[in-house]
Amino acid sequence: MPRRFHDVMHFGIFTVGDIAPDPATGRAPTEHERIKRMIETALKAEEVGLDVFAMGEHHNPPFVTSSPTTVLGYIVARTSKILLSTSTTLITTNDPVKIAEDYATLQHLADGRVDLMMGRGNTGPVYPWFGKDIRDGISLAVENYALLRRLWREDVVDWQGRFRTPLQSFTSTPRPLDGVPPFVWHGSIRSPEIAEQAAYYGDGFFHNNIFWPKEHTRRMIDLYRTRFEFYGHGPADQAIVGLGGQVYMRRRSQDAIAEFRPFFDNSPVYGHGPSLEETMEQTPLAVGSPQEIIDRTLQFREHFGDYQRQLFNVDGMGLPHQAVLEQIDFLGEEVVPVLRKEFGALRPSHIPDPPTHESLKAVQDR
Amino acid sequence: MRRTVAVVSAGLGSPSSSRLLADRLSAAAEREVRELGDEVEVRVIEVRDHAHDLVDNLVSGYPAADLKGALETVIGADGLIAVTPTFTASYSGLFKTFFDVLDLLDGDALADKPVLIGATGGTARHSLVLENTIRPLFTYLRSVVVPTSVFAAPEDWGGAAVPDLLAHRVDRAAAQLAGEIRRRDAPVARDPFEPTPFADLLGAG
Repeated sequence: MPRRFHDVMHFGIFTVGDIAPDPATGRAPTEHERIKRMIETALKAEEVGLDVFAMGEHHNPPFVTSSPTTVLGYIVARTSKILLSTSTTLITTNDPVKIAEDYATLQHLADGRVDLMMGRGNTGPVYPWFGKDIRDGISLAVENYALLRRLWREDVVDWQGRFRTPLQSFTSTPRPLDGVPPFVWHGSIRSPEIAEQAAYYGDGFFHNNIFWPKEHTRRMIDLYRTRFEFYGHGPADQAIVGLGGQVYMRRRSQDAIAEFRPFFDNSPVYGHGPSLEETMEQTPLAVGSPQEIIDRTLQFREHFGDYQRQLFNVDGMGLPHQAVLEQIDFLGEEVVPVLRKEFGALRPSHIPDPPTHESLKAVQDR
Repeated sequence: MRRTVAVVSAGLGSPSSSRLLADRLSAAAEREVRELGDEVEVRVIEVRDHAHDLVDNLVSGYPAADLKGALETVIGADGLIAVTPTFTASYSGLFKTFFDVLDLLDGDALADKPVLIGATGGTARHSLVLENTIRPLFTYLRSVVVPTSVFAAPEDWGGAAVPDLLAHRVDRAAAQLAGEIRRRDAPVARDPFEPTPFADLLGAG
C-alpha cells in the first residue's frame, strides 16, 4: 500500500495548561474556563486535521492538568481521529500501577488512539506531596518505568523495588488493547540518562525544543540515536524522535511580533531575560508569518535528522483563547499541509513512520 | 607542554584596580610557569563584558554564545586567576554570578583546578574578604586554592605601603599557582553527554 503523506510524520499541539493573566486586561481565565478552553483547542486540532493533541500534568497552581486521563477521556468521546498523548506523564510521583490502569483504560475507550510521554517533573515541592524526593528523580523514572512496562506486558507480575510496595501475583487490568501496550516517548530537556532510557527500550525520545539552543537539543537527540543503535534497535537514523516548538503566527510577521511581545515579556519562563528577538535567534521560538514558521520548522530536520512527531505549543502565557484557536487554524490550513509535503519529499524511504496502535499491532501479529 | 591560565577580572571601571592586580598576577604566573619549563598562554575574561549575558543566563538557563566561550575558556584552562573588587564586604555580585553560571554549565568546572584568588578594596580593612568569603566559594567548587591570596588596597598602588610588599605577595602566589599547575596533567574535557550504561541506571535503583 502506498504510504500516505499523512503518515510520514505526525503533527500536533501540546499544552501545559497554565493559567496566566492577559497582560492587556490583567484578567486570567478561571480554572473552569481554562479546562473548557483546553478541550476546545483539542477539538479544533481534530477539526483542522492535526494528528496529535498532548497535555501536560501538574499538581500545583497555576495549572489545571492534575487529572489528564479525565480530560483525555472526555476528548476521546468528542473526537474520532486525533491521537491523544501526554506532555508529560509524571513517571516519578505517580504510582506506575495507576498509570498502567488509567492509560490502558483510556486506550480501550480510544480504540488505540493513545500514547504517552514520560517525564520527571522539575517542580521540587511536588515530590514530597506524593511521598517522594526530587533527588531520586532519575532513579524513580528508571524503576517506575521498568515496572510499568512489565505491568503492560506480563499478565501476572511479582515485583519488588525501592520506591513502592511489593507486588505479588498482581494483574493490572484492563490488559492493553489487543495485547499492545501504548507507545511510550520519554521526554527530557537536559538529562542524558533519560535519552539513554529511551534508547535502551527502543522507545521514542521527545525533546520539547523550547527554551534551549539547538546545539544542546542536538546533543540530546544524537545521544539517543547513537544509543538506540548501540542497543540493537536499528540504525541511528531509524530511532523514533519527537520535537516540540513554540509558535505564534499572524498573516504579517510584524503583527505577530507586536501581538506576542507583551505575553513573552510577562511570561514567568521567558520574561525579563533575553529579549524576544534574542530568544528567537538563540532558541526555536518562532513568531512570524505562516511561511516563516514553515521555514523554521523545516530547519529542525536539518539540525536533528528525519523525525516522526512535531508538536507545537500555541497556548499558555495568558494568550487569548481566540488567538489560540487562530493559531490552530494557521497550523491546520497552511503550515502542516506544506510541512507534510516537504518533509515527505525529503525523507528517505527507510525512515520509520510514526508509531500508531495499528503499526505496533502489525509488528506484534507478524 | 602548553598551558593556559584563565584570568577572570570583575572590576567595573576602566582602568580598574582589579584588572591592574589581575595583570600583575598573570604576568607573574606566566613567568613562573615558564620557569618550570612549560609554554603558557594567558586568556583574560573581563566579567563586565558579559554582564547582560550573565543575568540572561540566570533567567533563561543557557549561556549566550560569547559567554559560553568565556566559560569554556575557564573550564579548559590549566589554572585560574580570579580577581574581584570588594563590594559590601564580599565579592561583587557580578563576580559571583559568573561562577554561579559556570557551575550551572558544568558542576565539575573547577574541580581540582589550581586557583589563585585576588581582591581589591577601598581600604586594607577588607583584606580578610579573601579568606572569609572568596576562598570558601572556590573550596565549595572543589578547586585547589593556593595558600597565598593577594589583596590590593589603595596604599599598595599609591606607594605609601612598604614598597615591595604587594610585589612580594604576587610573586609568592604566582609561584604557588605555577607549582600546582606543574603537578597536574592538562584538564581532560568532560563530555556531559557521555552515556551512562542503562544497566548501571537500573542497578542504581
